[in-house]
Amino acid sequence: MNARYMFSLIAVIVLLLIVWAGTAVGLQVVFGIIIPYLAIVIFITGFFFKVLNWSRSAVPFRIPTTAGQHKSLPWLKHAQIDCPTNKWQVVVRMALEILTFRSLFRNTRMSLKEGSKLSYQLEIFLWVGALAFHYAFLAVVIRHLRFFTEPVPFFVQLVENIDSFFRFEFLYPVFQFGLPGVFLSGLVLLLAVAYLFLRRIFTPQVRYISLASDYFPLFLIFGIALTGILMRYVTKIDVTAAKELTMGLVSFQPTIPEGVGTIFYIHVFFVSILLAYFPFSKLMHLGGIFLSPTRNLTADTRARRHINPWNYPVPVHTYEEYEDEFREKMIEVGIPVEKMPEEKPVEEEAAVEDEKPAQEEKKE
Amino acid sequence: MAEEIPKPEELMQIKHRPPKTDWMKTPTNIRKGMYCYASNPKSVAYVDLPNAREWNPMEDDWKLPDNWQEIIHDGFKERLERFRSFKVFMDICVRCGACADKCHYFIGTGDPKNMPVLRAELLRSVYRNDFTRAGKILGKLNGARPMSLDVLKEWWYYLFQCSECRRCSVFCPYGIDTAEITIMGRELLNLIGLNIDWIATPVANCYRTGNHLGIQPHAFKDMLNFFVDDIEDITGVKVEPQYNKKGADILFITPSGDVFADPGTYTCMGYMILFHYLQEKYGFDITWSTYASEGGNFGFFTSHETMKRLNAKMYAEAKRLGVKWILGGECGHMWRVINQYMDTMNGPTNFMEEPVSPITGTKFENAKSTKMVHITEFTADLIKHGKLDLDPSRNNHMKVTYHDSCNTSRGMGIFDEPRYVIQNVCNHFYEMPANTIRENTFCCGSGAGLNAGEDMELRLAGGLPRANAVKYVHDKHGVNMLACICAIDRAALPALMEYWVPEVDVTGIHEMVANALNLPGQNERTTDLRGEDIPGMEGETEVESEEEANE
Repeated sequence: MNARYMFSLIAVIVLLLIVWAGTAVGLQVVFGIIIPYLAIVIFITGFFFKVLNWSRSAVPFRIPTTAGQHKSLPWLKHAQIDCPTNKWQVVVRMALEILTFRSLFRNTRMSLKEGSKLSYQLEIFLWVGALAFHYAFLAVVIRHLRFFTEPVPFFVQLVENIDSFFRFEFLYPVFQFGLPGVFLSGLVLLLAVAYLFLRRIFTPQVRYISLASDYFPLFLIFGIALTGILMRYVTKIDVTAAKELTMGLVSFQPTIPEGVGTIFYIHVFFVSILLAYFPFSKLMHLGGIFLSPTRNLTADTRARRHINPWNYPVPVHTYEEYEDEFREKMIEVGIPVEKMPEEKPVEEEAAVEDEKPAQEEKKE
Repeated sequence: MAEEIPKPEELMQIKHRPPKTDWMKTPTNIRKGMYCYASNPKSVAYVDLPNAREWNPMEDDWKLPDNWQEIIHDGFKERLERFRSFKVFMDICVRCGACADKCHYFIGTGDPKNMPVLRAELLRSVYRNDFTRAGKILGKLNGARPMSLDVLKEWWYYLFQCSECRRCSVFCPYGIDTAEITIMGRELLNLIGLNIDWIATPVANCYRTGNHLGIQPHAFKDMLNFFVDDIEDITGVKVEPQYNKKGADILFITPSGDVFADPGTYTCMGYMILFHYLQEKYGFDITWSTYASEGGNFGFFTSHETMKRLNAKMYAEAKRLGVKWILGGECGHMWRVINQYMDTMNGPTNFMEEPVSPITGTKFENAKSTKMVHITEFTADLIKHGKLDLDPSRNNHMKVTYHDSCNTSRGMGIFDEPRYVIQNVCNHFYEMPANTIRENTFCCGSGAGLNAGEDMELRLAGGLPRANAVKYVHDKHGVNMLACICAIDRAALPALMEYWVPEVDVTGIHEMVANALNLPGQNERTTDLRGEDIPGMEGETEVESEEEANE
């Protein structure tokens, strides 16, 4: 078990050493320009092809999870979000899944009490942790657009304002925390990643199912957040120089300015690794959730026929074959048949045949 | 068999802590009581499924085709292309663990491979190895492993410990549905002849005789005639079901289990009584079919193709008889098939009309394409329009709770119709705790073809969460009747109740409807459909008043 997160931790440490050594021997161009470019290309094409690959697979049947009353009789209240019957209701369902992690919100924890009573209590921490993680990450990403735009768009400014609205300051002489305006998102991100990691370590069931590929992105993101925070609040890197580099990347006139330290390259390298790793990993849930057939389909198959693109004919046991096998028996008990048996020379049988259809007519 | 089943106190000793050994290194121990017997080769051959032969899961040699790995690999690939669900679900799980304790088999057994996420990982690990670059390069580190005989045996064991109930999919933040993964896994296993007999033989029977139990047409009619006599004894009214009647307004299809075994038989009698009432009062014209004499579809537990082959008879028979639409009885997976697959597989249904209740004039808009209406939709509509003369006091001896069947719940969304019907035909209704009903409902533990006798320990363990919730309302409200709209439930829950909550019996909704329904020309009705005396109907008024005082 330990091997799994140890491997991921070691992998991240190795990556750290690589970039450390690389910048020490003057490979700034590699870590500041070439790798970021490669990473972004891999990310975009990888993401695109993964989604393309998914969408190439057929959706033969409409299989939404119906988590509420279906639309049936007009006087029964239809659960429009949990059992959507039109596109708009699906959009709302999807939006709530993607923006609020609604299904995760339902989470319960099972426990066996007094040896014989099963109980299911609301378990909200995973939902809170996941939500905190994703929104903090989003805020951080938006804030970072500042490094890739000139002039900085208003929404970036807006997010920064909201983010630092929750500012708190520590004014220790050595540790002048808060003076540049503390962004809550970075700290929340760090805490949320730590929580997600700790629950993988300490919840026995989650530890049992966790793979190295579950720990790796957590360590990587932890590293990204930590280096970011260090740069901003502790080592105080030259932001103008950093922006010169990032603007160089987006304007395709890459330069390596003086004055950006190793820690900046670690940060950028980790981000590059994350981007390049993204399309080949579980992180693709970002794209996959949009294509999840149990969530993004309408639950109205009985009202509107769904077409299966590969529907092929199959051998069936036809009524004719069925009647051929059981005709005599059916006639005997007066079940109507399509085809009467041919007249046979034996008198007894003929008599039976004459008798039975009469019964059958009576029935109808 | 019965003596080998552990006592409830023993079965209750569940350890939910996973073992120390890594799951990939924990060998599968195929244990008696937890698995179903291998399929009878004759049944497999009858429907031309691959690799029909005698085999025994307890033996080392499963008599697989030499190229079985290739067959599995190619089959996997084909299904990834055919089903986006499969491909997406293979890729996007983050192993957050939200599903882990949602599965009734995990809750009941504590076996970590019954956590939905791990059940899926059994397939995902092979998927990563065979179809992803990261898996090929990183191997075990990335959770990939090559297919091997041990892995195959693990698949077989655990894919037949999933009842495809979808409870996990409700909680998954990406909607990953383990049922979908189990369905694909079982399809793959079927490609090399690894099925269980409890599924394969009903499939063969159904193909030949039209129903799972292999009831031939004359016997089918005989069995219903037996109910006709019973109904006459109990109510004094002779009902006259129609069979294979051309030109009838409506075709009725229900699971054959209800024709065959108690307590489903009482539900079946309930349908017959309701139809007779409607015929007498409103000239209702409905026919049974001996050809389409099965609503259920064990093909669904075999492969999409087998499901389609068995389902085809419903529309074929509707077309042959020239009915306007189809009414479907109380069944779980039957309705999941009808709702999710039937029209897509075997439609379109232009030869029928959009369903309209001939009695109330209600248009069943929600079924206008499949042309098939659920009987609780139909009956709820009748009750709402005051078309049934009901005396719920004839069900006063029942304190009822309602079990939402997993298929009709999470694969269809039918929650309020059955509740509306129940509340109109009986006076004592109590819900189980909220986390165990409606979309959170627990499976009976025997769904998806697992209601055999030899896997009783699995069924009892898997049914524990359901039974535990029933016990709760039994202790709190004195509930003595568990109602459901699923024939598998009616077959499986009595054993479950007998084991965990012996004071509780099982019923279908239409048994209670028929108990309450006042038939024109009926007798005193001193007993219910089971022939049990109805308290208060034989001058025991004291009992009833006492009971009412308690309410």
